[in-house]
Amino acid sequence: MKFRTKGQKIFTVINYILVIFVCLSCFLPLLNTLAISFSAPTYVAAGEVYFLPKGFTTQSYAFAMSNGKFLRAFWVSIKRCVLGVGLNLFCMITTAYPLSKSKQRFGARNFFMSFYVFTMLFGGGLVPWFILMNNLKLLNSIWALVLPLAVPVSNMAILMNFMRSLPPEIEEAASIDGAGIFRILWSVLLPILKPSLATVGLFSFVNHWNDWFQGALFMNNPNNYPLQTYLQTLLTNFRDLLRQSGSDYYSLLSRMNEQTGRAAQLFMGLLPILVVYPFVQKYFTTGLVMGSVKG
Amino acid sequence: MQGKIVDRLRKDWPWLLMLVPGVVLTAIFSYGPIYGIVMAFQDYNPGLGFSRSPWVGMENFKLIFQQAQFLNTIRNTFFISIFKIIFGQTASVIFALQLNEIRQNGPKRVFQTIVYIPNFVSWVIMAGILLNLLATDGIVNQVLKALGGKPIQFISNRDVFPWTLIFTDMWKTFGFGTVVYLATMTSIDPELYESAVIDGAGRWRQTFSITLPLLVPIIILMTVLALGNVLSAGFDQVYNLYSPAVYPTGDIIDTYVYRLGLQNGKYAIGTAVGLFKSVVSSVLISTSLIISYKFAGYRVF
Repeated sequence: MKFRTKGQKIFTVINYILVIFVCLSCFLPLLNTLAISFSAPTYVAAGEVYFLPKGFTTQSYAFAMSNGKFLRAFWVSIKRCVLGVGLNLFCMITTAYPLSKSKQRFGARNFFMSFYVFTMLFGGGLVPWFILMNNLKLLNSIWALVLPLAVPVSNMAILMNFMRSLPPEIEEAASIDGAGIFRILWSVLLPILKPSLATVGLFSFVNHWNDWFQGALFMNNPNNYPLQTYLQTLLTNFRDLLRQSGSDYYSLLSRMNEQTGRAAQLFMGLLPILVVYPFVQKYFTTGLVMGSVKG
Repeated sequence: MQGKIVDRLRKDWPWLLMLVPGVVLTAIFSYGPIYGIVMAFQDYNPGLGFSRSPWVGMENFKLIFQQAQFLNTIRNTFFISIFKIIFGQTASVIFALQLNEIRQNGPKRVFQTIVYIPNFVSWVIMAGILLNLLATDGIVNQVLKALGGKPIQFISNRDVFPWTLIFTDMWKTFGFGTVVYLATMTSIDPELYESAVIDGAGRWRQTFSITLPLLVPIIILMTVLALGNVLSAGFDQVYNLYSPAVYPTGDIIDTYVYRLGLQNGKYAIGTAVGLFKSVVSSVLISTSLIISYKFAGYRVF
């Protein structure tokens, strides 16, 4: 695009400045957290740390690593994500495929679709959910974080719409060759669906990784907390965590404080999301827009 | 009739078999809690269970509607939700229009990627970051002071707190709307712009006469879908940012249910409030889905 007038030039410059300003506002808070986590406590307490560490130190990270709680919660979250994303993908695939068929090909299609849509419209609420999990003896079990919401309905719908958008000839050809629907799903459809599986898989990973509430609700014992639930307790109680280190308390305070320690653990909790985000982002936007908003 | 069903089963059994795992888990964990709604009509006692707890009819509902605190949470929920929708949608549209004016694809993609990141940060982590930034001596207040303003108690002043929720939510989530709107804009026929240029229309004119009108259906669609969830004002955000000092303006239905029903162990009352929310929400969500189907041909299922 060539600039035609001076006005357009000025407009473009101002536009760029505003856009960059907004982008910085989304990015700098994360950078600030990172800087705090690597800074010495005196500078942080004085409010002198902005976007670069001051008095660089890795003590806050060393504390998180040596204090067993962070790693234990991290491990619970990893287990939860492996089990949860695996179960979500399995259930979404096996649900989306039959439901992507027309009523003519699968008679009970609309019945089962309504079965799932209803769960989006109405639920028992928080207290009955808790009592059910209690009655099922699932409290304090990792399965309490994995089994509920096994079929995320709106993500399943994204996958279903992808399956619908595939040309029917693909399946017809395989079916003429004598393949049953399980075989077609496994060897023909899944390879084609990789991008959309990446999309809904990432959604599912983010949901499991970021969820703190199910952990707070269903885990009575803090040793079973997933990472976000553990981090949530740090928002108010970091000082207690420091005190628990006993006689080292005062020497510890010279090397780190609540703010730096919390920043370090928050940042490490964010890291897995930041790591997977760029890789799947390109699938993400296409998957999202194609699957959910059909104008 | 029976022969027909057998025929269908013979044909459909692989589909049905495939559905079993999802249906069983959903039946247990999504339909199972619905049975617990009976608590809303009981003086529920965990020791006695659903079957032996005494029935009280509508007493629990009468009780909650007499509570000023409950009515207050309803008001807060609507206030926070509606302004979140207005500000969030506006920010998404404006930023999408701004990105649309950037013709270089490289920077455009980078900007889009950056503003989408906060969406993926959990509210727990975001709350940790925000409590730091918005503290009385935090960076935001340092900037305000440098600009000659007075420090603002973003988190602990009850008049300011709802706006803190609204603006931080806007900031965290507008990237999602931007992605959706930008995708719509790239699908607009370039010939429309070319003929507008021939007619002598400048950039502003093109934006207001072509881009915006073509966005309106999607804007309405997104707003209607958001209105369906108006009773969920963002539990994760509020719970991680609020404190007793700001309950009068910041407490929403979901946080109220959690505190009352589970933390204070008033199961029956908590269930009643939850049921009230579920019923109203289901009407609102169904309506919003029907409207968006009629209006925009939008169909998830």
